[in-house]
Amino acid sequence: MTTSLRLRAGLVSIVLLAAFLGIWHLATRSTAPVATMSPEYAKLMGLTATQGKSAMPGPLDVGAKLWEHLKRPFYDNGPNDKGLGIQLAYSIGRVGTGYLLAVIVAIPLGFLIGMSPLLSKALDPFIQVLKPISPLAWMPLALYTIKDSSISAVFVIFICSIWPMLLNTVFGVASVRKEWVNVARTLEVGTIRRAFTVILPAAAPTILTGMRISIGIAWLVIVAAEMLVGGTGIGYFVWNEWNNLSITNVIIAILLIGIVGMLLDQILARFTRMVTFPE
Amino acid sequence: MSTFDNPFDPDRKLGAGCACGQHRSAEEHEQATALRCDPFESEEKRYEGVVASAVMRAMFPQDVARRAFLKSVGASTALAALSQFFPIKTATEVFAQAGTPEKKDLKVGFIPITCATPIIMAAPLGFYSKHGLNVEVVKTAGWAVIRDKTINKEYDAAHMLAPMPIAISLGLGANAIPFAVPAIENINGQGIVLATKHKDKRDPKDWKGLKFAIPFDYSMHNYLLRYYLAEAGLDPDTDVQLRSVPPPEMVANLRADNIDGFLAPDNVCQRAIYDGVGFMHLLSKEIWDGHPCCSFAASREFITTAPNSFAALTRAIVDATVYASKAENRKQIAEAIAPANYINAPVTVLEQVLTGTYADGLGGVKTDAKRVDFDPFPWQSFAVWMLTQMKRWGQIKGDVDYKAVAEQVYLATDTKKLMTEMGLTPPASSYKSFAVMGKTFDPTKPEDYLASFKIRKAS
Repeated sequence: MTTSLRLRAGLVSIVLLAAFLGIWHLATRSTAPVATMSPEYAKLMGLTATQGKSAMPGPLDVGAKLWEHLKRPFYDNGPNDKGLGIQLAYSIGRVGTGYLLAVIVAIPLGFLIGMSPLLSKALDPFIQVLKPISPLAWMPLALYTIKDSSISAVFVIFICSIWPMLLNTVFGVASVRKEWVNVARTLEVGTIRRAFTVILPAAAPTILTGMRISIGIAWLVIVAAEMLVGGTGIGYFVWNEWNNLSITNVIIAILLIGIVGMLLDQILARFTRMVTFPE
Repeated sequence: MSTFDNPFDPDRKLGAGCACGQHRSAEEHEQATALRCDPFESEEKRYEGVVASAVMRAMFPQDVARRAFLKSVGASTALAALSQFFPIKTATEVFAQAGTPEKKDLKVGFIPITCATPIIMAAPLGFYSKHGLNVEVVKTAGWAVIRDKTINKEYDAAHMLAPMPIAISLGLGANAIPFAVPAIENINGQGIVLATKHKDKRDPKDWKGLKFAIPFDYSMHNYLLRYYLAEAGLDPDTDVQLRSVPPPEMVANLRADNIDGFLAPDNVCQRAIYDGVGFMHLLSKEIWDGHPCCSFAASREFITTAPNSFAALTRAIVDATVYASKAENRKQIAEAIAPANYINAPVTVLEQVLTGTYADGLGGVKTDAKRVDFDPFPWQSFAVWMLTQMKRWGQIKGDVDYKAVAEQVYLATDTKKLMTEMGLTPPASSYKSFAVMGKTFDPTKPEDYLASFKIRKAS
């Protein structure tokens, strides 16, 4: 039953993909030459103007270009032109650094806040105000104070991934079942031990859910941040190709951003499953 | 005896022949004040000439004695005789190296447009390495970013729009930080492009209500477009919409019908034509032939902490600009700067911009060899003109000491010295008068000039 369901779902997926590619291909076919123009003039013009080629590339163009990139993912033609593999590595590196810093700050802090109802109430207004701020709004402030664009990008990742983790940790820690905490108390378990052996395992699934939300946001933000600061990374690649109005490369980058984002999410999902327990 | 002429020439008249006393005749003075870049057989020859001249002058400080010596033996023998006991070759090498740069690895930011040609091409064509520098040219996302990164010292120097260093030094739109311009990048090389649907609306008087894009508020593009519109009787603040849009997005916005046209830096103009979305209404040179556009800028702090690096950098840029000013080099340059590492644009587009033979977007092929040109000299009168326009459109309020600002930001004196050392012929004055749409600008009377405009922002 499950296998046949999977099979059918897979089939539907493939049909949808084929339909999508087919429509895309048909929609971007080039029409006949638009107008008559002197050959001398035509030589100076682009294909869009002379062949009536759509400004949007078709799936075949994208496929060919993608193959070209995949053949040489790690080339380095100087500071402004690097292979897609290198660009992705830069982005992942930035996300990793900012995210890990956020983990180091958010989880212990969330623990403290969650275990103390007083702190929880006192800090709540600050967190509520800071949470909805678009991470990119921090960018000018970061650039101005840190005076280094790559550290600013990492800071933006840090600031955007800290809130979901912090809130989830606070929530997870605060909502550990009272009975479990009370049992630990009756057995005269120390505070530190109680935190690590009772509260942490109980709150772990919630904390990891927060971390999973955070990594998704961090990956969303890095592309925008890199478009802004430039230099390296997949966001810069998108901007550089946009500069050349190369929609083909932009589509390829979008595809890759999606795939990497999915992989990051899957990794965190695997961790979440590891710490989840049946009640 | 002046530093500008050849001391090996026995026929040189010693009496004053022109107003400044540095030229044989008034014509020669004229020629020297208009900047030219004379071809030299090679770099070494050029420096050798400079060094030999200096030695000759040192040996015969008396003009009469030098002349007698030259008359009796002839210039080439004199040079040979000099080399016998003075190592001109070695001296030339030492001279060409100048002071050792304090910092060899430099970062220079640029925006991917053809205005940055000298800054960019100096990397692939080896102008930086020739002057003992290891420069990384870094592509940057926009004018505000390039400003911030240069202020934050991530870049040692950068490609900026010509009015930007003035604005930064005055603290407009940023904290006031003293910046300086040792060299202008390009002159001309911009254009007004309109969407193809406006091909019958060629008279700017009919442009009421249209939406135009400019690259940045503190740009020649902004001032030129406003000037052009105001001459046609439109108030650029109320009759049309002007938007700051990053150049690459201009073409996409024009295609999407969000704007009706733009005054933009080149390769963007030609790109819009190449992609069939617009046509060239007017080259910016038709508004003001010889207008500056982009500059090479660095902070005063960098100049004082690393003067030798800065001098070497300026030499490399001046060298590259001179190279770019020659029509025969333009095709090679177009190929050198087209790859993704630099401008990232089709070679055909860059070739059309640089060679001046271009498709106009209406089915015709036009030729204008001076569509874009390169001239490094930072005329202080350019800065004065920009200040008048900043004041005209309300970017500066209150009184301006035009001359002081121009002289502080545009380093004409230093560049003049440097160009002379390099064997080039810089103009004698740092101010020149020019005409914008037929109206003459006198740099000594900026306030009168400003007062003569009817359309301006009320202050």
